Formats: sequence, C-alpha cells, structure tokens
Amino acid sequence: MTGQVRHPGARGRLGRLVRVAGRRPSATVGAAVLFGFGLLALLASPLAGASADAQVGPVFAPPSGAHLLGLDDQGADVLKQLVVGTRVSILVATAATLVASVIGGAVGLLAGYLGGWVERALMALTDYFILVPALPLMIVVAQVWGPDLWHSVLIIGMLLWTPMARVTRAEVKVVRTRGYVLRAVAMGASRRRIIWKHVLPQVRGLLAANAVLIIAAAVFAEAALAFLGVGDPETVSWGAMIQHASERGAISQDAWWAVIPPGVCIALVVVACNLVSLAFDVTARHRHGRGAMPPGRSVEVEYVHG
Amino acid sequence: MLAVRYALVRLLGAVAVIWGATSFNFLLFRLAPGDAANVAIVANASPELQRQLRAQFGLDDPLWLQYLKYLGQTARGNLGVSFSNQEPVSHILRAAILHTLPLALAGVVLALLLALISGLVSAWWHGRLADHMFRGSALVLYALPAQWLGILMIFAFSSWLPSGGMSDPFLLDTSWWAHATDVARHLVLPAVTLALTTYGAFTVVLRSSMISALSEEYMVTALAKGLPTRVVVRRHALRNALLPTVNLIGLTLGTMVGGVILIESVFSWPGIGQAVYSAVSRRDYPVLQGAFLLLTLSVISSSLVVDVVCRALDPRTRRA
Repeated sequence: MTGQVRHPGARGRLGRLVRVAGRRPSATVGAAVLFGFGLLALLASPLAGASADAQVGPVFAPPSGAHLLGLDDQGADVLKQLVVGTRVSILVATAATLVASVIGGAVGLLAGYLGGWVERALMALTDYFILVPALPLMIVVAQVWGPDLWHSVLIIGMLLWTPMARVTRAEVKVVRTRGYVLRAVAMGASRRRIIWKHVLPQVRGLLAANAVLIIAAAVFAEAALAFLGVGDPETVSWGAMIQHASERGAISQDAWWAVIPPGVCIALVVVACNLVSLAFDVTARHRHGRGAMPPGRSVEVEYVHG
Repeated sequence: MLAVRYALVRLLGAVAVIWGATSFNFLLFRLAPGDAANVAIVANASPELQRQLRAQFGLDDPLWLQYLKYLGQTARGNLGVSFSNQEPVSHILRAAILHTLPLALAGVVLALLLALISGLVSAWWHGRLADHMFRGSALVLYALPAQWLGILMIFAFSSWLPSGGMSDPFLLDTSWWAHATDVARHLVLPAVTLALTTYGAFTVVLRSSMISALSEEYMVTALAKGLPTRVVVRRHALRNALLPTVNLIGLTLGTMVGGVILIESVFSWPGIGQAVYSAVSRRDYPVLQGAFLLLTLSVISSSLVVDVVCRALDPRTRRA
C-alpha cells in the first residue's frame, strides 16, 4: 500500500510480506486459498485435458481410485469437471469484479471529489441501486440478452458496484482535505491530475479490499444464474455443476459426490474473500486510528512513492 | 414537521425507484435483440399473424405513446399476459406471493433468533473459544450457496420431512388443522435453509454493536447498583444494540429475495421464486418482468417500513 511509512527493520518486499503474514494468519490462509484457486484456473486445461466431459464410465458411478470424486449424470469425471469449472467460475467472478470496481470506483471518486449536486445525484442513484433486488434483475436481463458467458460477466458486474461506490466516496472525502492534495490544488494542478496522481493512489488499498468482497458476491451470482438456467448452457462452471446434479437426479440416486464438491469450492472462495477483506478492514482502521498525519510527512511519503 | 418532511422525501425516492424499474422493464423489452414482436410473440409466426399481433399489442404506435400506455397499464396493476398459459401475470403473481410470504417470514424470524443467540454468546465471551466457534460457523454458513445447502438438506432430512411442494396432494384428512400441520411440515426445510444462509450478517452486526454497548459506562453503573446480569444485558445492552440489526434487515432484503428464489426452486415451493424458475425455462418474459417489478416494489416498501420503525425506536435518528 502506498502511503505506508517504511519500518527500518523491513528487508524489502519479501520480508515485509512474511511479517504481515505472521501478524494476520487468517487473512494469510484466505489469500493462499484464493491464490490456489487462481492457479488452478490458469492450469485447468493441462490438468483436466481437453475431454473433461467425455463419458468414462457408468452414470453416477461412486468415487473410486481411478475417479476420485466419482462420475456425474453423463458418466463424466467429477474431479475433471470441477477443475474446468474452476476456470469458468473464477474467470466470470474476476471479470465481473473488474467491471464492478471500475463503475463503483469511478462513481465514488467523482462523487467524493466533486461534491455538490454531482455527489448528491450519484449517491441517490447508489442508494436506490442497493435496494433493487439484484438476482431478479439479473435474471430478466440475462433472459432477454440470451445465455452467454460475457453477458453474465456484464450483468453481474453492473449490479455489484454499489458498495464500492459508497466506500470509495467516503474515503475520497477524507483524502481530499489532506495537506498534499490541498497543496496540489494551490499549485494549480488540474482536477484530472489530482484525482489520478494524488487521490486514486491513496484509496487503492481500500478499492482492493472491496474488490475482494465483490469477488465473493460475483461467485455467488454466477452460481445462482447458472442454477436457474440463464447461464451459458455450453460451459461447465461450479454453478452449472450444482444445477446438473439437482436437475438430473443426483438426489434420487444418492450421488452426493456430484453435488458436494462444487458447493465446497464456492464456500471456500467466499470464506477466503471474507477473511482477506477483514484484514484489510482492520489495517485501514489502524491507519486512520493513528490520527491525522502532519501534512509535511504525508507529502514526503507521497513524494517517495509517487 | 420534520418527520413529515422526511417521510415525504423517502416516499418520493421510493416512487422514483419504482418508476425507474418500470421504465427499465419497458426499455429492456424494446431494446431486445431483434424486433420486440419476435421476442414477444410466438417464433415463426406468419407475416399476417405478426401484423395482427403487433396491432393488438400496440407495437405500431410511436415509442412515447407505447411508453405512456405501458406506465398507465402497470399503474393499474395490469402486468400483461403469460406467454405459456395466457393467464394474466398479476393473477399468477398474486397467488405466488401469498405462498412466498409465510416462507420469507418464517425464514427471517428464524434467522433473527439464530443471530440473537450467536450474537449474544459471541459478544459476551468475545475473543474466547465460544466467540470463535459461533462467529466461525456463522461465516461458513453465510458462505454456502442457498441452492446447494437446500440440496444437502434434502439429502440429509428427506426421510423425516417432506422436501418438495407446499402440501401433500394425497392428504386424506381434510380438516383445517391437518392441512395447517401439513403445510408447516413442508415449511421446515426451506425456512431453515433460508435462515441458515442469512443469519450470518445479522450475527456480525449484532455482535459488534453488543460489544460496544457492553463497554459503555452505563453498563458499569447498572451492574454496580445490583441489577442481575440478565436484566442488564437485556434492558441496557441489547436494546441499544438491536437498532443496527433492524437497520440491516432493510438493507439485506434485496439479497434475501435472491435466496428465496433459489430455495423455492430447490424445494418446489409454489411461490414467486418457483414462478421465476419455471418462467425462465419457458422463456416467459411477462412473468419474469412482472416478478421483477413486484419484488422491487415489495423490497422498497419493506425497507421504507424498516426505516420508519428505526426512527420510532431511536429518537436520536430523528434529529440527524
């Protein structure tokens, strides 16, 4: 994070990382889980092979040595499907989070920095967008647009930006009164330059903490859309696996192995996201708790890192 | 006077959202890929039939006239006709929401009870083992997809409790009491699933506001004058800590609607979620759009109610 004063004992980035990890074990576990799933998503093709949905045995065959998580309703290997599904679910979640972060970050930055009627209008929009029930709206839009992976990304992203906008606005309002921002204004820097160079770097950490939470919401949303049948029917994702299992009789066949793994993956990602963002939250509060930094010092930090 | 002004502003905002949602519905339908007539009307209709239907649906009017007509119809509660069975959408949804209400109410009440217990326990012993256990399980349950937990519930309990529908169609006893217990038995699994997946957020908020209430100085005073702990917690701490939780109900209603839709789909509960689920598979747009409008309307009016209740509960918020 920028704006952090370097401690004399820290030996470079790695040393700092280790120290931070030791201080927040639960966040470290969360980050490790997220990293693992990210890696799995990247390596999905070589790991699962091209024919993850090929029939390799009887329908709903229980777990065995050759197929650790058994076979699904098509007689395909559940473990391979899970790996391929990881790629789709993680891709949709991260892409949707990117969309949501850009929209929410922009709304929050503009509202917080410009103030006045722009702020009032943008925040009224945000407040009421929070109330609109997201899932029904996603369903309607997805149904009209037709099932497609990128449609899901856009739909999910465009409905999850509200918390980001609120948090960013609040932080920007604090940052814009800091000494170095006022100095930049006094020196005649343009609005765009101040927002890009002086305000945005300060709220980056907060944006990241919120983005992590949006990932969790996006994973949920993807699973819900796929379950309700408005996702892309061609792609395998965690949500689609749950849908297939429940639609095609895994319950009546007692085939728990076809249902449990995708849900566990979703739960792991969501818990991990919460743990990571909790640590961000605590750190941010500590930073603010230290009280107002003397203006001179902030300028120095800004100068060193900017 | 201030209260009246506040209520008016809130009401105006609510009306604006509902108007926005209605206009969005209108636009979405018109901007759909291809002609609205193609989407709305049976595919592969003959040109004459298409022309006839376009005239019947008013699709030949200029757009602004269509919009005004649409707003007028919607305001009168006419949400169009279902594509799949030609029934008025408002009839379908009215029946459905009457089934959804008991499920949603039972789920919310159960979730609040769970949150009350786990929030109080983890606030009283905060930082200790009990806190970690209660808070950890709240977080984990919160992280489970509702549809998935529902399926697991069916796996685990379907031999003891009914796992689909709202009542047994083959029930022989036709008395009122037998019917009520039958519906209640069907309600258990979906309501518990809804409660388990939603109580986590309430727990976290209740816990942190309890902790800050417990550290207030009036707590010391209350204990020092010899009040029993039970009374102190209930009357002095909990009463102050409940407000943020009540506030949260208003904010989470929109999310809860999503959970209800998924859970009703899993348990075939014949409510609004089930209506949405079957409308998706039949590509029944009018039902989907009507359901979206109705859900928006109910979420917004409920959050308005929660707001008013909060202001009644805490005089301090009235001045702010």
